[in-house]
Amino acid sequence: MIALIDYGAGNIRSVQNALKRLGVESILTNRPDELRSAEKVILPGVGEASFAMNQLRENELDQLIPSLTQPVLGICLGMQLLCTSSEEGDTQALGIFDTVVREFEPVLNVPHTGWNSCSIKSSPLFDGISSYDDFYFVHSYYAELCSNTIATCDYIQPFSAALQKDNFFGVQFHPEKSAEIGAKLIQNFLAL
Amino acid sequence: MLKKRIIACLDIQDGRTVKGVNFEGIRDAGDPIELAKRYVDEGADELVFLDITATNDKRKTICSLVEQISREITIPFTVGGGITTLEDAQAVIEAGADKISINSAALRRPELIQEISNCFGKQCVVVAVDIKKIDDEWIVFSNGGRVSTGRRAIDWCIEIVTLGGGEILLTSMNNDGTKAGFALDISQSISQLVTIPVIASGGAGSIQHFKELFTQTDASAGLAASIFHYQEIAIPDLKNELKKSQIPIR
Repeated sequence: MIALIDYGAGNIRSVQNALKRLGVESILTNRPDELRSAEKVILPGVGEASFAMNQLRENELDQLIPSLTQPVLGICLGMQLLCTSSEEGDTQALGIFDTVVREFEPVLNVPHTGWNSCSIKSSPLFDGISSYDDFYFVHSYYAELCSNTIATCDYIQPFSAALQKDNFFGVQFHPEKSAEIGAKLIQNFLAL
Repeated sequence: MLKKRIIACLDIQDGRTVKGVNFEGIRDAGDPIELAKRYVDEGADELVFLDITATNDKRKTICSLVEQISREITIPFTVGGGITTLEDAQAVIEAGADKISINSAALRRPELIQEISNCFGKQCVVVAVDIKKIDDEWIVFSNGGRVSTGRRAIDWCIEIVTLGGGEILLTSMNNDGTKAGFALDISQSISQLVTIPVIASGGAGSIQHFKELFTQTDASAGLAASIFHYQEIAIPDLKNELKKSQIPIR
């Protein structure tokens, strides 16, 4: 069973729909036993970082998430919450990825909105996906490059489009909104 | 590199697409889901569903359609038409829309932009601005283009950004339906003026018009409805031609 972490974040329905299109059922839960026993865990997210972290803390999910041992995928804000900290609301985050989240300097349009390609390091998450493929991004904050970066996108400056450390994965873009190539990435995650 | 977006717009009435279409292979040409899926397969970057007869009692129809769209469609989509309150926006977003588009209601009560933006984030607030050139000045019109607000387009667009709008969908009434090309001058003025994406709409009649839009202005996206409906321009041809001209296209 795939578990989506329920912490009141937006965008959960579209992730669930994307899984359903792949023929995969998922549950939306904040129960520790269900999250621990799930085959894979997804931390979705559209929203504001400090609010989201408070929601996680209220349910003690800030303790649980780092202790998970199965593959975990953070999407957009979900990925940012797996980093060390975020400038958005001056937020202490979960500290899995060794990087910080900063606000874009508005030298180009912010949020970074639309389809963009990434330069990809070899990772099972990007099997069959090339640096010519585009994903849909929409975000005003970005994770700095670090040793966990497995895909780099360039908008205003190079930033982490995807991160991986041990069993934890994160993507800044929205695979659930990125047509076939996004579905491919979700399938890769499910196949881990 | 961030790509320029091609956005297909579908006009919806009572849960059906209004403009007739002649696509082969679509069993029910009036079914917005079938048409939308066709656009996705053809490579449209985003879709806009405009409920042109939206009233309160029809809200449920559009919400159930939005739920269906969000189950089937794998790219971002915007829903507009008749959204006048935060509650309207919430219903459509909770049904699965990625963005909502507001127009006259924002002109009547600009704080609506702020309310929706604060609640759901600015990325989901598209403000549609209908403009007409009068005596060398671009003026904003409301109520589907019937009522002049007397406001200058540039003033209203600056206010939209200040209030937390996420994108501006700029439609030139002078160009709309003419198939003579986008309004390049004002599309560029607004794109340079604001720090949020501008979607140019109105006047697309050929591939050349999109080429002009993306080479002569900083608009982030071009939107069209009927030329895609009637397949006067096939989206794959359009995107291939733009790519050949070195325009960043998915």
